[in-house]
This record gives sequence, C-alpha cells and structure tokens, in this order.
Amino acid sequence: MALIEFTNKGIYCKRGNFYIDPWQPVDKAVITHGHADHAKWGNKNYLCHPLTKPILTERYGLFDNVETLAYQKTIDINGVKLTLFPAGHVIGSAQIKLEYKGEIVVVSGDYKTEYDGISTAFEPIKCHTFVTESTFGLPIYKWQPQKQLFESIKNWVAGNLQKNKTSILIAYSLGKAQRLIKHLAGNEPIFVHQTIANLNQAFIDAGVALPSTIKITPEIKKDELQKGIVIVPPALADSKWVKNLINPAIGICSGWMAVRAGRRWRSADAGFALSDHADWAGLLTAIKATEAEKVMVTHGSTAIFSRYLNEIGISAQEVKTQYGEEEEAEEKVVENEVKEDQTKI
Amino acid sequence: MKRFAQLIQELELSNKTNDKIEALVNYFSEADENDKPYVIALFTGKKPKRPIGTNLIKQWAIALSDIPEWLFTESYHNVGDLSETVALVLPTAEHTIEKPLHQWITELAELQGKTDEEKKTYVLTAWNSLTTQERFIFNKLISGNFRIGVSNKMLVNAIAKQSQQDANKIMHSIMGKWQPNSISYAELTSGSHVNTDNSWPYPFCLAYALDTEPKNLGDTADWQAEWKWDGIRGQIVKRNSELFIWSRGEELVTEQFPELHFLKDELPDGTVLDGEILAVKDGKVLPFSTLQQRLNRKTISKNQLENAPIGFFTYDLLEHKAKDIRTSTLSQRRAWLEKIINQLSHKNKVLLSPIISFNSWQQLAEIRETAREINSEGIMLKNLNSIFHSGRKRGDWWKWKINPYTVDTVMIYAQKGSGRRANFYTDYTFAVRDGEKLITIAKAYSGLTDKEIKEVNSFVNKNAIEKFGPVRTVKPELVFEIAFEGIAESKRHKAGLALRFPRIARWRKDKNVDEINTLDDLRQLLNSN
Repeated sequence: MALIEFTNKGIYCKRGNFYIDPWQPVDKAVITHGHADHAKWGNKNYLCHPLTKPILTERYGLFDNVETLAYQKTIDINGVKLTLFPAGHVIGSAQIKLEYKGEIVVVSGDYKTEYDGISTAFEPIKCHTFVTESTFGLPIYKWQPQKQLFESIKNWVAGNLQKNKTSILIAYSLGKAQRLIKHLAGNEPIFVHQTIANLNQAFIDAGVALPSTIKITPEIKKDELQKGIVIVPPALADSKWVKNLINPAIGICSGWMAVRAGRRWRSADAGFALSDHADWAGLLTAIKATEAEKVMVTHGSTAIFSRYLNEIGISAQEVKTQYGEEEEAEEKVVENEVKEDQTKI
Repeated sequence: MKRFAQLIQELELSNKTNDKIEALVNYFSEADENDKPYVIALFTGKKPKRPIGTNLIKQWAIALSDIPEWLFTESYHNVGDLSETVALVLPTAEHTIEKPLHQWITELAELQGKTDEEKKTYVLTAWNSLTTQERFIFNKLISGNFRIGVSNKMLVNAIAKQSQQDANKIMHSIMGKWQPNSISYAELTSGSHVNTDNSWPYPFCLAYALDTEPKNLGDTADWQAEWKWDGIRGQIVKRNSELFIWSRGEELVTEQFPELHFLKDELPDGTVLDGEILAVKDGKVLPFSTLQQRLNRKTISKNQLENAPIGFFTYDLLEHKAKDIRTSTLSQRRAWLEKIINQLSHKNKVLLSPIISFNSWQQLAEIRETAREINSEGIMLKNLNSIFHSGRKRGDWWKWKINPYTVDTVMIYAQKGSGRRANFYTDYTFAVRDGEKLITIAKAYSGLTDKEIKEVNSFVNKNAIEKFGPVRTVKPELVFEIAFEGIAESKRHKAGLALRFPRIARWRKDKNVDEINTLDDLRQLLNSN
C-alpha cells in the first residue's frame, strides 16, 4: 500500500487516516500553509505549524480544532511518523514528511528556495517520494536576487513621490505583504489594507517581529497616503478606492510579472517579479537535493515539468490536484472580507 | 540603448494613450539625435533586411540555455513572443555593454553576408552583455518586428507635439520614402524629403460606428449615403507616370493587382483615388472569401486571376491635377471624381462606388437591410460638406453596419493566447451539433472581458480532457454566441463551410450544450444567400 494516494478529496494517507491540504471537507486535515487553495474551511480537525494557526483563526475563526506542531518535531499517527519542515513559502509554511517502516514521503505544498527574510528558510529533506509544485516550472522563470528587486521597488516609490503619485503595491495579504513590509522598512509610512493589517496583528500576537504599519481607515487623508506606500491585496487592484487615490501608480508584485504578457495583462504601472514560489532553477535544485526515487508533480506546469524531469533521469509523474488557484482562492477570501467591511474602505 | 529600453518599458506598461504620447515626447526630446530616425523607422514597420534567420537564433539560444528543443517550444507557447522567450531562457549575462541604438542597428545590418560563425560570435557576445529587457530589444532589432501598441497615428501625434509641427505633415513625411541612416530627425519632421517622392499616399479618413439613431444626424439632404464594402481599403496614386497601390495597412500592394495596372496609362498625373479593392465580376461585388484567395500572395496565377478577379470601387478623390484637394467639400471632390472615372476604359474594373439616393432615414434603414444581397456590410454616411480628415474623427463620417449573424456554439478546444494574453487560455474553437457529433465551425479569441477570460481559463484548467501540444480538448459545456459577417462554402473546413470574421458576441451562461445550433441551421443560411 502506498503511503499516500491522490483522491478526489485531496492527498490521502490511508495508513494514518488523514488528508494533506484536502479540497473537500474531511475529518483530519494536515495543512502545509495558510493560502486558501491549501487551507480550506470545513474540516473537522486541523494540524499545522503554530504560525499557520493564527491565519486559520483570523480567516475562518477556527481555534479549538486546530492542533499545532513545530518544525522538526515528530508525532505518530497510527504508526505514521509525521514531521514538519520549513518550506520557505510564507510564514508558517511547512513541508510534511511522512515515514512508515523506512519509507519516506515528503509533501512540500508550495515552496521557494531563496530565504525571504521572514519565513523560515526552506530545508531540503531526503526522501523516496517527493511531491512538488511546479507553478513556475518553465525555464523562462529566473528570479532576480530579491535585493535587486527591492531596490527597483524602492526606486519606483521614490520616483512616484517626486511626481506626486501615490505608490500602491498589489500583494497577497498572506506572504507577499509581510515580505514587502519587512524589506521596505525604513521607507515608512507604510499603509496596509485591513485584511493585511489583521493578519499582521495575528502574527505579531503569535510572536512574529514585523515592522510597524498603519491600517488604512477612512480617517486617513489621501494626501497622507500619497506620501507613503500603500499595500493592498489583488482583489482591490481595480477598485474604485484605488482609482480615487491621488495620481495612483499601481505596482504588481507577482512572479507572473517576469513575462511581458503578464505585465500587460494586468494593466499596471509597474510589475515586479517578486514570487514566493521557486523558479525553474530553484525547483530543480530542491528536487535533486531530496534524492527522491519518484517525484510527483502537482499544480503549475505539471506536464512539461514532469516530462523534463524524466528526460534528465528523475522519475516523475504528474498528478491532478486542485491547488494552484492561489490567486483565485486568495482573492475570494479577501473579497468576502472586503464585502463585509465595505463601510470601512 | 538604455534610453530606448526605458521607452519600450513605458510604452508597454501603460494602456493610456496620453501616457504613451508623453513617453514618446520625452524620448524624442532626450534621445541621441542619431537614434531618433531609427526609432521612427522601427515603429512604422520600415524593416531592414533581416540579417539572421529565426532558426539560427533559436538554435543558438537552445544550445546556450541547455534545454531540449521541445521545452523551448513550450516556453514559447507561454511567453507568446520568440524574441522574449530567447531573452528569458538565456543564462544571466556576465558583462555589461552600452552602445547607442543606431550603432546596434548598423552593426546588425553589417552582418548581412557574413558567415554564420561570424554572426554567431556577434550575437552571443551581445547576449552575454545585455540585461533581459535589453536582450529582448536586441532580438527584436534582428527580427524587425516591433509591435508594441504604438499606432502610426499615435507616433505622429507625439512627434507633432514634440516638434511643434502639423500632424498631417508629419504623417506624410514618415510615410514617404526615406532611410534612417541618411536623414536627420529635423529633416524628417520638416518633411523636406517627401516632395521628390512620387509614391506617398495620404492618411486615410476613417469613420466611427454610428452609435445613435440616424435621424439625430439631421437633414438627409446634408448626407451622402454609400454602401459599405467589405474588402481592402486602398489608395491609388498616379504621379509622374508612376502608379502605386497602397493598402490601408500602408503597404504597397501594386504588384498584387495587375487588373488595375491600366490606370497607369489612363489616370492623369497628380491623381490620388480612395476606394476599396474587392473581388468584382461584371461590375458586381463578390464575397470577401473570394477576395481572400488573392491576398498576401507573391505571385498570381492565371487561375487565380480568372477565379478571383478584382476591381476597385472608388469613394473619393484626394489629389486632383497634382493638388491636394482634401480640404474641398465632399460634394466637390465627388464631382471631380465622377469626371475622372467616367473617362476610364475598363468600366467593370474601376467603378464609382454608387451613391444611394434616399428621401428619409426610414427609407435608408430599409435599403440597409438589403445590403447582404449585394455583399455589402451596411451603409456609410458622409457629410456632403466634410473634408477628408486624417484618421478617425467623429462627426463627419459614420459607418452604419447591418447587424451580424449569430449562432450558438459550444467550446471544444482552448489554446493559450499570445502577446498580452499568453499564460491564459484565450483562443477557443467552437462547434455546432451535427447529429450526435459536434463539428468545429469557428475559432475566435475576442469579445470576452478579462474577468470572463479568467473564468474560462479556470474552467479549461479543470476540464481539459486531452492535450495536443498547446491545444486542450475541453468538456463541451460552455455555450457561446458567435457573431459573424458572412458564410461561404469551404472545402478546407470539415463542416464544409466557413464563417467570415467570427467573434464571441456573448457567453450564454443561460444555455446548456443541448440548446446550441446545428450544422443544418448553418447550411440553410448558406443556401438562402
């Protein structure tokens, strides 16, 4: 019996009777990270890293049915040894290592290999079977070192200030927003949308050190925003609120911005290829480091990436999951929150 | 090249015309003098001869980036642009180099006639010294295809603003014959070179679609009504015993239409006609599908001349007795035009596009309904006092097209788009029902909002059944109403018929796949024509 199987509800470990990042409600869900395509609402019991719990609490109001497990600590579920290792994707993101009678499977969720300064750095784990994402699994994706990227973001902001434009950065509430805040520290004031502010507060309460930011409220005047940096989630990129700011200049922070078509598609004023996923080289390095005999490729360029792995002598197969609709799922979560709170913004 | 790279980035990032014009004005104010004529040449499609074939570029890029060819091809499908794909897959540059744009272009031109090895050394050195964005531009310079959303009109407006010259004059000037290496920006903007050139056409006057009831246009006596023809808008220029035929895309197509060459002997010098190239037999207009057989061909066979004869329906006279008469009134220009056309010998080849006489807007509306019977797509309304404007201008000319045909279809294939739409499934193939089967009838890629495209994209990701290269077969579930302008028999298509200018009219979320049209419905339409 294989240690994991891909079912219509999600990745299932029959031996331990639990699911990893299920997309249908189940009794026991082990969650790799807090993005809405991986952490769904409606499961009976959750197991995740201690820093993913505040996300589930903040977004879904879950608390009592969420059990936590620190990185490198092992628990036993029906004889299956389960350990979390950092995935470097967002705060609290984990790779899930399962071990049973010497067979090791690692489900990595989403990951990146470059240390982002805020999520615990990715750690390669040797295993027999490695489940990998392939969001940017094409050789056209090569991230610039983040130092350079943040330099260009800072230059862009400085240029906007000179031209009396309001700098608006579009970034996921979870992950990208915190990363921006961390690296733009020193360029205050930084104004954040309430969905970001709420998550930040949850992280700060859980002991994460984050530079200070200002939650956007109707009381804050537009000319104050214009002198700082405004960070909002993608759901608000085309909103009236953004359009009504003083000379808005919109900068989208996303790996898709590496390609011109991605930039033009989103009709922004600037695109920064800042990603929390591994690029082509990152994926290959990570996979080789696992020394896995079998690689299972989930969401992204699954077909292309697994074909390439097979050609370079790494046995790989594509598997169908419902991950990778990160953008859509994340936007939905934010849209709901925004709707509930329309009076505020 | 850094300044040019910056310009390209600014042009690509904004979709507001004013921003783009501002970027161009700034560029022409700041850039290296020698670069400016080259940039105008690039943006107006004045291509130098390609020094290196696409295939070599591709092979070198594949070898350098150490990826298999199929992976390069897949990457290309995701990027949607070859120059950009090459720029992205190459290893990061180890050096930096800065040369002005005109030097790059000149050096590339000098590669002409060199050996492949010499070309390779040059290109590889460049690639290893440029940033990704600069590499992309360098590759574009090799291919000569610079399409970055700057229309000739926009460029002209920017240059006019920057040089404080009249836009029409600039348009003339840049559409004339000139070489970027032997003209200065100042000479180009002053238009000193165009007088010696016989070929230059005038900017076309274009119409907006009528967006109101025609009765709001006022008195019918102020308006000239003509048929709106569905062919290739063209200008015929006769000066100093030379004949030139220009298409609306500002391409010279003189050689493609030998039927019109008699005009060289018959039109007086200093004459420019505006009209439509159409498939014409015995003075009657044939469907666009017939004309299509004659387009974009280097040589025309006897067979094609017989099966798809063409003619020219004249609309207007722009130059008369070597004088620019575009500011005379339409009624005056028409009178002169009629005189010229009536003196020609081949009356079935070059005709006056007829004027429709009508007494009331109601009567004209009824006449418009009969447009399809004569392969016209509606009616043109032109104010009798109008001048011949440069480009699109509201108010004087209107196109009043007949409503398109529509058919309900189901999407069965999806493919990722290119350019702006790469990364998303935006090119769809649609089918109608033929008994128990579904049969493909059209491919279309426009008419959906960005939000709808995202929705379809997510559907395709979840419901892909099979993959053929970049194409996905999807569950036949999404129903779309396709609008089209005409229908013709076609041996090339499995359905035995082809739709003219199909596009998505609406996403029919209210309909399911059982409710789509059948092939028989379309055959009936074909036979009723």
